[in-house]
Amino acid sequence: MLHSLAVDAALSQKLAPCLACHGAEGQSQTENVPSLGAQQPQYTVIQLFLFREKMNIADPMNDMAKGLSDDDLQAIAAALAVLPAPQPPADPGDSARLDGARALAEQNHCNVCHRPDFSGQNNIPRVADQREEYLLKTLRDYKTGARHGYDATMAEVLQPLSDVQLVELSYYLAHHR
Amino acid sequence: MSHTLHTRLLGIVLLAAVAGGFATIATPVEAQQPPTNPSPSATPLTAPASTPATGAAPVPAAPPWAQARPDEAVSANLAPVVPPPIATAPDKLPLSKLKLPKNFHIEVFASGMPQARSLRVGDKGTVFVSTRLLDRIYAVASSNGRPEVKTILTGLHWPNGIAVHNGTLYIAELNKISKIDNVESHLDDAKATVIYSDLPNYEPHGWKFLVVGPDNRLYFNVGAPCNICMPPATNAQIRSINLDGSDAQIVAHGIRQVVGMDFHPASKVLYFTENQRDWLSEDQPQDKLNRVLNPGKDNFGFPYCDGGDIEDPIYGWGHSCSEFTKPIAQLGPHTAPLGMRFYTGQMFPASYRNAIFIARHGSWNKSHKIGGDVVVAHLKPDGTVKSIEPFITGFIEDNNYVGRPVDMEWLKDGSMLLSDDYNGAVYRITYGPQQQVSRGQ
Repeated sequence: MLHSLAVDAALSQKLAPCLACHGAEGQSQTENVPSLGAQQPQYTVIQLFLFREKMNIADPMNDMAKGLSDDDLQAIAAALAVLPAPQPPADPGDSARLDGARALAEQNHCNVCHRPDFSGQNNIPRVADQREEYLLKTLRDYKTGARHGYDATMAEVLQPLSDVQLVELSYYLAHHR
Repeated sequence: MSHTLHTRLLGIVLLAAVAGGFATIATPVEAQQPPTNPSPSATPLTAPASTPATGAAPVPAAPPWAQARPDEAVSANLAPVVPPPIATAPDKLPLSKLKLPKNFHIEVFASGMPQARSLRVGDKGTVFVSTRLLDRIYAVASSNGRPEVKTILTGLHWPNGIAVHNGTLYIAELNKISKIDNVESHLDDAKATVIYSDLPNYEPHGWKFLVVGPDNRLYFNVGAPCNICMPPATNAQIRSINLDGSDAQIVAHGIRQVVGMDFHPASKVLYFTENQRDWLSEDQPQDKLNRVLNPGKDNFGFPYCDGGDIEDPIYGWGHSCSEFTKPIAQLGPHTAPLGMRFYTGQMFPASYRNAIFIARHGSWNKSHKIGGDVVVAHLKPDGTVKSIEPFITGFIEDNNYVGRPVDMEWLKDGSMLLSDDYNGAVYRITYGPQQQVSRGQ
């Protein structure tokens, strides 16, 4: 896939360590490491910026982002955005559980900002078919404040949700078709 | 677009002559630090939709903030707009798109400051610039006659509020207020000392505006930790403290969120902008311009009354907007009025003296964006609003932002500084008829 990108050698070199963990085809095979294929570039720039500036402490990303220029952040985000989107798992999932979780997602209007297909927009990330355990950890961290969002939106919207509901939302998004 | 903006500006409704109609709610609130309450969203949660059942799983009742969001919002594609973490290059700033009244001129004062927010000027001319969602404070100091940007502090938690008084810089973060004495001599080795930390940790509306009052006290907001909710006793208020952090008092109650305050230069009355709730409708409620005539007593209605004239559909039952202090002006739905400053300088024409400049950051919770401008409110002798006129327009182009105005401050020569957190820049606005004439030749 990378061969089809108009990326120069320097960018390829910078991307290589990203893709080693996050997956060369946009889909991560590693626990707690998110898939980045087709991610919204504005979102990626913000996250890389927060890592670089140590506003989000998350080993090893602070070291990985150290020394990247603003132009690097934008180039990396643009390159990741054109990788293929992560695919849903082969197992379609428990349909009754998915129906309940879909209703929960719509009730909480996840599908407004993240869009009905959960592909995200602008600074709001794609979450469709993200790794389930990563989604759950992220939701829990936003809710407890262990992870600071770039703004307060996720802290606000997760306040009323129970942990069981976070489990269900993660299951639903990770099985999105 | 500019035509639409202008039309909408003309449509600003003024609530004039409301002085004397103030009322306070019955519940007495002690003018001191209340205890920390549990989360405002401690709404009982219904059974999660996790149990597989025959047919569709039960749908949980929506929590308060979600009840406020209509299903149709999906098609409207509305989401909060955040400022980028990377500043716009100086040659890409939208100066040529901005429109000002005749003989006013706008130029770039300083750029390269991601999320430039609140502005303050030190005694020696240093311009301090805060950030809302970043961790830093910038200083723009003159170096060989040219403004030079320095980052003087990092590692702060949403340090939106800054104030300068007798050489000391005060900084209001999410949950604490600190100071740097003699700050203009410490731009390269600034170290902040905490003076007050009796503040809740909520991130929603956790950023603060900070100003020193004529009584030498620090005034700041503690916002509602939600879009719409029953706030804990620690929140939805303006507080004041002594310059050493002692003697906290509640100045005003029932306030959703403030990001701009200033004291009238003559009457010394506190005025502030207030942002109202989202997801009520496209055209309601109106954001507000308020003033505090009864410190410690005034209640501005949150969460019972929205915009000064609508009983909230969730919390307004059993209440009337007549119970609360009315705004002195409505500033448009979702327009997000932030910074506001009385003009005390000599450069602008005399008609602007003691008028209020208000930066409307611009809407997100509305299909067709409005705001994205600076307006000027001229007052009557009694301190109520006589008229509101556009001052700088053009930050919205094709329903997208090319910039977002946040806060204003005055240089010693009477010119205006204006921050733009979308581009990470500060502009300078001057007045001078001669300049215009010579350009036209």
